[in-house]
Amino acid sequence: MAELTQLTAVELAARLAAGEVTAREAVDAHLDRIAALDGVVADGDVWAAKPAEELGADEPHAYLAVTAAAARAHADDIDARRAAGARLGPLAGVPLALKDVLTMRGAPTTCGSRMLEGWIPPYDATVTERLRAADVVVLGKTNMDEFAMGSSTENSAFGLTRNPWDLDRVPGGSSGGSATAVAGLMAPLAIGTDTGGSIRQPAALTGLVGVKPTYGTMSRYGLVAFASSLDQAGPFARTVEDAALLQSVTWGHDPRDATSVPGEVPDLLAGLKRGVAGLKVGVVRELQGEGYEPGVEAVFAEALERLAALGAEIVEVSLPHAPFGLPAYYLIAPSEASSNLARFDGVRYGLRVDAPTAEEMNAATRAAGFGPEVKRRIMIGTHALSSGYFDAYYLQASKIRTLIADDFRAAFEQVDVLVSPTSPSVAFRLGDKTADPMAMYLNDVATVPASLAGIPALSLPAGLAAAPDDPSTSLPVGLQVMAPLKRDDVMYRAAWAFEEATGFRPVPVGPRAVATHDATQEVR
Amino acid sequence: MALSEDEVRHVARLARLALSDEEVAALAPQLSAILGYAEQVGEVAADEVVPTTHPFALADVTRPDERTPSLPREDVLAGAPAVEQDRFAVPRIVAEEG
Repeated sequence: MAELTQLTAVELAARLAAGEVTAREAVDAHLDRIAALDGVVADGDVWAAKPAEELGADEPHAYLAVTAAAARAHADDIDARRAAGARLGPLAGVPLALKDVLTMRGAPTTCGSRMLEGWIPPYDATVTERLRAADVVVLGKTNMDEFAMGSSTENSAFGLTRNPWDLDRVPGGSSGGSATAVAGLMAPLAIGTDTGGSIRQPAALTGLVGVKPTYGTMSRYGLVAFASSLDQAGPFARTVEDAALLQSVTWGHDPRDATSVPGEVPDLLAGLKRGVAGLKVGVVRELQGEGYEPGVEAVFAEALERLAALGAEIVEVSLPHAPFGLPAYYLIAPSEASSNLARFDGVRYGLRVDAPTAEEMNAATRAAGFGPEVKRRIMIGTHALSSGYFDAYYLQASKIRTLIADDFRAAFEQVDVLVSPTSPSVAFRLGDKTADPMAMYLNDVATVPASLAGIPALSLPAGLAAAPDDPSTSLPVGLQVMAPLKRDDVMYRAAWAFEEATGFRPVPVGPRAVATHDATQEVR
Repeated sequence: MALSEDEVRHVARLARLALSDEEVAALAPQLSAILGYAEQVGEVAADEVVPTTHPFALADVTRPDERTPSLPREDVLAGAPAVEQDRFAVPRIVAEEG
């Protein structure tokens, strides 16, 4: 019998429903693997990650906190209800890793920041609440770039997260902990958040499916805000169907989020397996070429051939304003961040550094509580919004947003979905880009346009490419699929057909990959 | 545009960030590089374009005006760094007269 940690969510849910495995066994198998592998102190109700300086180079550090006791209690409760004949949801008993930017009662929410170290939120995020209602069992909170600002998960105040494919490389970011948890078989599912690519890029770099749903369809209530007009939570999974199921149980209108889109959301499962014959697939001219690694481009070209072989019609389309997406993003996101992060003032939650006056206390607290990248973005945003600069920066960037959305609208009059590489590079080495903020920002070049337009976008594994700095190491490459607003269903349909046809389901292998087989995990 | 160290200090004051001299020295060229890149947005003629802040252009979002319970006071204050008489405690805000 395959190890429980290797199963997809759909496979695990089927065994749970058939009574072959209990939710408690599924949860314990994952907790055992986390305890053996991840670098946590497996002690007490909530397991804490080791301090950064004590983490070993072989410990991926996906989790910041593991809510072991609550997960076991939830699993036992599910098993009891199942035994009593209750009707349970399609993912009941399946474990999940939750990004530490979403609140959950009874566990710390840190956002990867000293600013919130030790803070226990007094309420659940809507996403957390819906996971609970669907009987998805939260295993713990995952590491992230501080306040979701970064593309490598090297900006966490609690130490970096490593890529399961090569522990010397980054998992991408900012949702790198969630990606590593799923790719490292420490959860079959995870929730991340994506502002400019923070789900899709780590999914690409770790060989997973990662989805940014249509803006406004996943509640932001209880999601600690970075850039409110862009932030969206979404799924990580090992298969397209797993991701679709997870999105299905978490999305939909929420009256507690004023930016939530009213009305029904489409059924993601009904047409999932209809195939792509006759579907028109647009290749975005501006999201390839210069700046994209040759290995990434080769896998992308192969993916287009496969889609054509499946009966999709491939056409080239242009998004003329897409090249302005990244500069616009790096004005809009920091501007909104500077406003959102004003709430961390040393008064209501988190850190306080005492000083004689309120203003000095605010400034000293923020200086001590925020890391370098967060300070950088607050500074950019404060400058961009300051008197005399607003029109040239934030307002102009918001107009470019309109032009990009118009470009997408025109493109979707010609095609059903658009595709591009998700990331210009495969996973890079730890430390390679930390000294140069601009080099790090360029990771987001292909993901940011969809964020600005609010449209749904997904990354799925398309193949492997040799690392440019080490030809003996093969690393995953992601294919990005984008669809019109609220047509997440079409996006999933195209992705499922590609996955089904390629049969490509990458599992971390290689000389520096995390162990994916552990004899102690066998189901007895 | 290039930001001078004095301009960085001014922005830091607006942002309520007590930056060290080393941080100011490091940030001046970094912020200049990022803003220099971002200024590409100015190359697009967009005077007549309406800015976007939400893809669905929602307006006047309200909820039914119904009473719902608030979080218990002790739960909210539990995370505060300083509490006095069931309230958030802060240092002096208005300076004393000299």
